[in-house]
Amino acid sequence: MISAFLGIGLLTVLTILLCSYRAVVGPGVFNRMAAVNVIGTKTVVLLVIMGYYFERPLFFDIPLLYAMLNFIGTLVFAKYLERGELCSW
Amino acid sequence: MLLVDVIVTILLTSGMFFMCIGAIGLLRFPDFYTRLHATGKCDTLGEGLIIVSLIIYHLFHYPGTPLMAVKLLFLIIFIFIANPTAIHAIVKAAYRRGLKPWRLGERRR
Repeated sequence: MISAFLGIGLLTVLTILLCSYRAVVGPGVFNRMAAVNVIGTKTVVLLVIMGYYFERPLFFDIPLLYAMLNFIGTLVFAKYLERGELCSW
Repeated sequence: MLLVDVIVTILLTSGMFFMCIGAIGLLRFPDFYTRLHATGKCDTLGEGLIIVSLIIYHLFHYPGTPLMAVKLLFLIIFIFIANPTAIHAIVKAAYRRGLKPWRLGERRR
């Protein structure tokens, strides 16, 4: 079971590398932002699997915080790119 | 090998399959909108399957701390609400900025 967690974690790292190609090369700022958001959501899964691979389920506070920070960061950056400013008054 | 471990492995593998499909779609589709069409759904479903399998694993192998499984359940509920919302915000920002959708016969971008 532990080796299954190791294999799934390594495959997640591989998909993160595939997405980072789009984050580095991808034309335009929107492709890069979408790729960074996808990398963040894959990192949440990687952190949860790491918590079970090292047999310490107390790691779960970190993925919760990381998911919330990723969501807030993506929303703020999308609003900034949409309007050109963050606060209009 | 236990039956629970077989179920957990099947769910982990299917979730990883959907996440790989999402990454390949992010690489291979010709346009911004089609790329997010691929990744937004595949990533959400893949993460849901993986975390459901880990909830089953936790309830069977760590029976002393069931509140950790509740925490994972909160994580999956949050991801199912937040991830499509974030993708929708990015797509709406791109549409308001005037990014044209891709038509058949155009060059990839």
